[in-house]
Amino acid sequence: MEYILMIIGAVLVNNIILVQFLGICPFLGVSSKVNTALGMGAAVTFVMALATLVTSALQKYVLVPLNITFLQTIVFILVIASLVQMVEIMLKKMSPSLYKALGVYLPLITTNCAVLGIAIKVTEQPLIAAHGFSIIDSTIYSVAIAIGFTLAIVIFAGLREQMELVDIPKGMKGVPIALITAGILAMAFMGFNGLVPLP
Amino acid sequence: MSKVKILTKGFFKENPSLILVLGMCPTLAVTTSVNNAIGMGAATTFVLLMSNLIISLLKNVIPDKVRIPCFIVIIATFVSIVDLIIQGFVPALSESLGVFIPLIVVNCIVLGRAEAFASKNGVIDSILDGLGMGIGFTISLILVAAVREILGAGSFMGFQFIPSDYNILIFVLAPGAFLVLGFIMALMRHIINRVTEKRKNKMCAAK
Repeated sequence: MEYILMIIGAVLVNNIILVQFLGICPFLGVSSKVNTALGMGAAVTFVMALATLVTSALQKYVLVPLNITFLQTIVFILVIASLVQMVEIMLKKMSPSLYKALGVYLPLITTNCAVLGIAIKVTEQPLIAAHGFSIIDSTIYSVAIAIGFTLAIVIFAGLREQMELVDIPKGMKGVPIALITAGILAMAFMGFNGLVPLP
Repeated sequence: MSKVKILTKGFFKENPSLILVLGMCPTLAVTTSVNNAIGMGAATTFVLLMSNLIISLLKNVIPDKVRIPCFIVIIATFVSIVDLIIQGFVPALSESLGVFIPLIVVNCIVLGRAEAFASKNGVIDSILDGLGMGIGFTISLILVAAVREILGAGSFMGFQFIPSDYNILIFVLAPGAFLVLGFIMALMRHIINRVTEKRKNKMCAAK
């Protein structure tokens, strides 16, 4: 039950894009078509789960025992950047079809603040802290967050596809109207507030 | 390009968040109050300034193939310094900015200036560029935060002047961030379109 609540909370109530404002760049950049949005969502899910697995293990077994948590930012960003590179090289060799589907989006993810943001946030999440920072918990949480990311970006891409056909004032075209649409979408997501009791 | 132009181009013409659409996450997230915006702007300006300075000094030493990881390490070092300073001296600010201080590392503005400017230009120019871009970013943060704080909380820099019964709460919540930024950006673009059109008309008339 605890896990179901955690997942619903991460996907809907604390949606990473619309409530926590992480990963806005890909949200605005790769959301003109539903298909590309799905591809980006899949790539982010894959990288985020892997990155959180590695960083939470590092946090638990290296940074905290050695008392060097102030190095967290440097260690995490290096781990994530090299992980993305490694995943790219390995996918190219081992699964060319998956590489073709995700390949274009992988380099974009290094500069995506969502991955680093979640890696840091996981180390402060109350429920995960209550379980003694279990690595499996952290990974489940990051996958749930990534599902929330995919959900938001796919809905948004659907809206933007429709917007192509609409007559928009000149100054509003492009990013401004996208931001206003996102604002209305965020209002819709506020309806999920209170769905999960706060810990 | 003159030194003054390098410094001032980030203020309006190449404003990082309102015109170039870089660094959107902090622009949306920390603009709930003007105090937060000033804190975030100052932290980002410091990181921009120092990383531009160090990178322009080291640009001939860093091998071209590994330059991006080197830039990231330099930037991450300064971000950690800022993080520790804020935690130590202004703990309240550290609490309200939260995860967005370490996230300055992945702010596209910082890495973008390192790659596009500091790795190609001299030390003084890079310092001016970093300072200018940082100030431009701070200006846009304060602009968004001022609108949100006045409408949403009825105050400016913590000074309450509209009673809390008449506040529009939605502007300090998540949707307000998107709406305010969207409208400010649209206004900026409208002004720029107007100015360029007027200039074109004048040119035609002169001919």
